[in-house]
Amino acid sequence: MSDTTSIENSDSPRHAPFVRVTHWITAISFLALLITGIEIMISHPRFYWGEIGNVQTTPLFQIPIPSSRAMVPTGYGYVLPDQNGWSRYLHFQAAWALVLTGLAYAIWGLWTGHFRSNLFPAPADRNWTAVWQIIAKHMRFKFSDESEARPYNVLQRTAYLVVIFLLFPFVIWTGLAMSPAFNAAFPATVNVLGGRQSARTLHFLLSAFLLLFLFIHIAMVALSGFWNRMRAMITGTPPVRQKRLAEERR
Amino acid sequence: MSKISRRKFVTTGIVATAGASGLVAAAGLAHRYGLIPPDSGGIFGPGETLTYAAQRLLARNSLAREFPRSMISKAPFANEIAPLGDGFKNHQAAGFKDWRISVDGMVARPGSFSLSDLRSFPVRSQITEVVCEEGWSYIAEWVGTPLVEVLNASGLLPQVRYIVYYSIQPNWWESIDMADALHPQTLLTYAMNDGDLPMSFGGPLRLRLPRQLGYKSVKFITRITATDSLKRFGKGLGSSSPEGGYAWYAGI
Repeated sequence: MSDTTSIENSDSPRHAPFVRVTHWITAISFLALLITGIEIMISHPRFYWGEIGNVQTTPLFQIPIPSSRAMVPTGYGYVLPDQNGWSRYLHFQAAWALVLTGLAYAIWGLWTGHFRSNLFPAPADRNWTAVWQIIAKHMRFKFSDESEARPYNVLQRTAYLVVIFLLFPFVIWTGLAMSPAFNAAFPATVNVLGGRQSARTLHFLLSAFLLLFLFIHIAMVALSGFWNRMRAMITGTPPVRQKRLAEERR
Repeated sequence: MSKISRRKFVTTGIVATAGASGLVAAAGLAHRYGLIPPDSGGIFGPGETLTYAAQRLLARNSLAREFPRSMISKAPFANEIAPLGDGFKNHQAAGFKDWRISVDGMVARPGSFSLSDLRSFPVRSQITEVVCEEGWSYIAEWVGTPLVEVLNASGLLPQVRYIVYYSIQPNWWESIDMADALHPQTLLTYAMNDGDLPMSFGGPLRLRLPRQLGYKSVKFITRITATDSLKRFGKGLGSSSPEGGYAWYAGI
């Protein structure tokens, strides 16, 4: 079951089947959450700190966009159509898909040692010289090719760890902290954040960080060979490796 | 290409069969214990059912947070409402002295109560937050009689599974399951912050439900119906919210 063998054995896929499936379910769910989250935010593009906040209290900040509600003072002379109904249904359905997939991934990752061997920085990389070398390589737009033994470099590992173990758990928590029934059952989950408006503001900021990750992630895939990387995440075997394997067989 | 081994094929088959029968068994149990919301039919049914079932199984009796008096909002926000109909305006002109709430459906003693009748029931006062689906919120003190008191006085029949409640305003009605209907914080609210409930906040009578989003707390209540099924009400989706595209269960 160990995932480490799949890395060193060049015949095995670059990404394990479980990683590929959970990656794409997460990607689709995240996209749905992002679009519907923006739609919901448009109905009240003001953010507050503390327990309460509404158009009669002072916001912490306001997104300078028109709103889908007439009562929100935006400075625009028009009101956008209300899309909250389906957006909310889809937001929570996608959240379930993401949470259940994330749980399965976490259990699988611990069970197979995927986190230990593929995500936590390799022993050789746990020093600033190694990190700096990778940064310097990126600055020169030089990206690793398929011949490299380890699947992810230390920058990737750090970014993925932050997304998987920090941003996603925290964005799920702050989302749940906005649920009136959930925070009735677990009041501490919203109280420690400073109140439900703080939870909402944090939820928005965390989504912004996740969106930033998405942009960088896609940019890196594009710069290091878009179709090669995409094929690796879909079929498991990138064309470069397919070609080499075919040559070896000949 | 590698062949799929016999062992792998058999294992996958067993796992798939177990998973499918597990789902069928879960659906049967969910139906029996009332864990399926009335608007579970469409493509968003799975998500809605998971949310509703999870919260009913894990947190059926939890109490909404109540706040200290110091946290009451200085400027509570009354949301916009549709233009008031003649039915409401006539009562308003008469100072709401003839306002009544009728109780019908599966109750032993159908009837109606005036606002002063309601004030003779046990009083509950609570400082809770109103949470709008749009994201804003405020805290106020709400005073009223728990819905359960009125239901008990009307002789609720044992087969009742939902309480439907109506505004005097047209096409504004909601329903809740018994977990919320019998919940001590579900109030027929007639006062707010040491005064009568203002019209803009739902006066003279609003059903306040702090464990769900604000849109379930219908304003200007005149009728309550006890039922064992929501199929015969409106389009059968449970309330006017899903008919307008919003979820029936708003505890999220």
